[in-house]
Amino acid sequence: MTINEVQNKIIDEFSLFDDWMDKYSLLIDLGKELQVIDPKFKVKDFLIEGCQSKVWLHPDFNGNIITFTADSDAIITRGIVALLIKVLSERTPEEIINADLYFIEKIGLRQNLSPTRSNGLLSMVRQMKLYAMAFDARNKNRVIS
Amino acid sequence: MKNIAEIRADFPILGRMVYDKNLLYFDNGATTQKPKCVIDTVGEVYSTYNANIHRGVHLLSDLSSEAYENAREKVRSFINAGKREEVVFTSGATGSINAIAFSFGERYIKPGDEIIISHLEHHANIVPWQMMCERKGAVLRVIPINDTGEIIFDEYLKLISSKTKLVSVAQVSNALGTILPVNEIIAAAHAYNVPVLIDGAQGIQHGVVDMKEMDCDFYVFSGHKIYGPTGIGILYGKEKWLSELPPYQGGGDMVEKVTFEKTTYNELPFKFEAGTMNYTGAIGLASALDYVLTIGREDIEIREKELLSYATNLLTSIKGLTIYGNSVSKISTISFLLDGIHQYDAGMILDKMGIAVRTGTHCAQPVMDYFGIDGTIRASLCFYNTKEEIDILATAIEKVITMFV
Repeated sequence: MTINEVQNKIIDEFSLFDDWMDKYSLLIDLGKELQVIDPKFKVKDFLIEGCQSKVWLHPDFNGNIITFTADSDAIITRGIVALLIKVLSERTPEEIINADLYFIEKIGLRQNLSPTRSNGLLSMVRQMKLYAMAFDARNKNRVIS
Repeated sequence: MKNIAEIRADFPILGRMVYDKNLLYFDNGATTQKPKCVIDTVGEVYSTYNANIHRGVHLLSDLSSEAYENAREKVRSFINAGKREEVVFTSGATGSINAIAFSFGERYIKPGDEIIISHLEHHANIVPWQMMCERKGAVLRVIPINDTGEIIFDEYLKLISSKTKLVSVAQVSNALGTILPVNEIIAAAHAYNVPVLIDGAQGIQHGVVDMKEMDCDFYVFSGHKIYGPTGIGILYGKEKWLSELPPYQGGGDMVEKVTFEKTTYNELPFKFEAGTMNYTGAIGLASALDYVLTIGREDIEIREKELLSYATNLLTSIKGLTIYGNSVSKISTISFLLDGIHQYDAGMILDKMGIAVRTGTHCAQPVMDYFGIDGTIRASLCFYNTKEEIDILATAIEKVITMFV
């Protein structure tokens, strides 16, 4: 599935629920299902600044695609991270850099999370894109040299 | 005393809905809501007599200057200070503490001198002193606390010495709600001729505060935490200290005569009020203090004690809920955690049910470190809250637990 196909699937899933409590229940379930991160990556180097709860994000690049693993000490945040991983993990750096993440707006995450929480969400997206840019630059340097 | 329905009707915001649910406002420790009289007073200043104070010869300036000085007198009488010269308007409790930390440091502090604070302090009563200590080569000493969230008084007595130059402690812990034994703290410091600053940000709104009785050297509080506007606060200081201390900001109104060679300063309290003051805020604050007096400070204390005991009993009965700060001497603030549930998760779900609580470290990270936690959920109640609201909070907490566990 393309990034946009995954996003549309998430939007469909959330649109089944009118009530915000149900949407949160879905986020909580997603949070519980999130694959565990290797404990050795739960260190300061992989901690994202700007979140009210702690979020660890680790990128693994095989030269072609980036695989993200992540964790958070808050379950709703884990749910949000799980969504971002569904959309952006196992993609090429270029796909990640160019991704337009419209699903955040569409499922109402941006407005319905508290501003600081929303900042945390934006920090996560920014960090994923930064990793992608770094790996992209590394790839291009390799080609040049 | 007005009945609860009448009191709640005084606060327009309490009638609003959030996410189609009735607002339950339990974040009074962060800021209190405003009664209509305060909102109207602020509107009235701007729509009928707004003009800069102490400046113009015109009628409006006279009117606003008079209202501003009446507000000062209102504050003086509210805290029973000896003189109006001892009441300085600032931007808030934080601004007041920073002013003293700077001026007192400049005037009196030498390398090796010591300042005593407590482990319960809000960052606003930690960081200004750390900055001052760094500037002056002084040392910050901290009164330790115990597991109930009280200061250990004997340890405080051990900290006071001839090196101590100032003690600065909260009247009430913002994170836990503990009421500190300020009278005893002040008496012990005065035995060594050490002045004391009391941070009243969480104290002034919960009962009678009397400067003559308390005998502290400085007392600070914020207007917005006692039903007044934001951006206005009070620095009370005994005249002998305020006369000796240098001003901390230069500008208009705080001067007597300015030449390029030398400036002499205005008399108290204007020496500490540089630039255009928040006179609208001051006038609004006076209206808020009037309102508090109408409700009655003794009645407020009784009502809030009832709410605290009701809420404590109810929340304690919830399985998996732990309250942090169990002193018998508390204001109506309950800091708690739910087993296995992150405070932000709980706070977000409570928000969706229309309940406003604060989550996090409450600008008191050392308190959280003491208990080995990242933060708490804090429900801070005040006299306009009701037992019915507390019932709803308890039910909502049960619902949160079923969602996460």
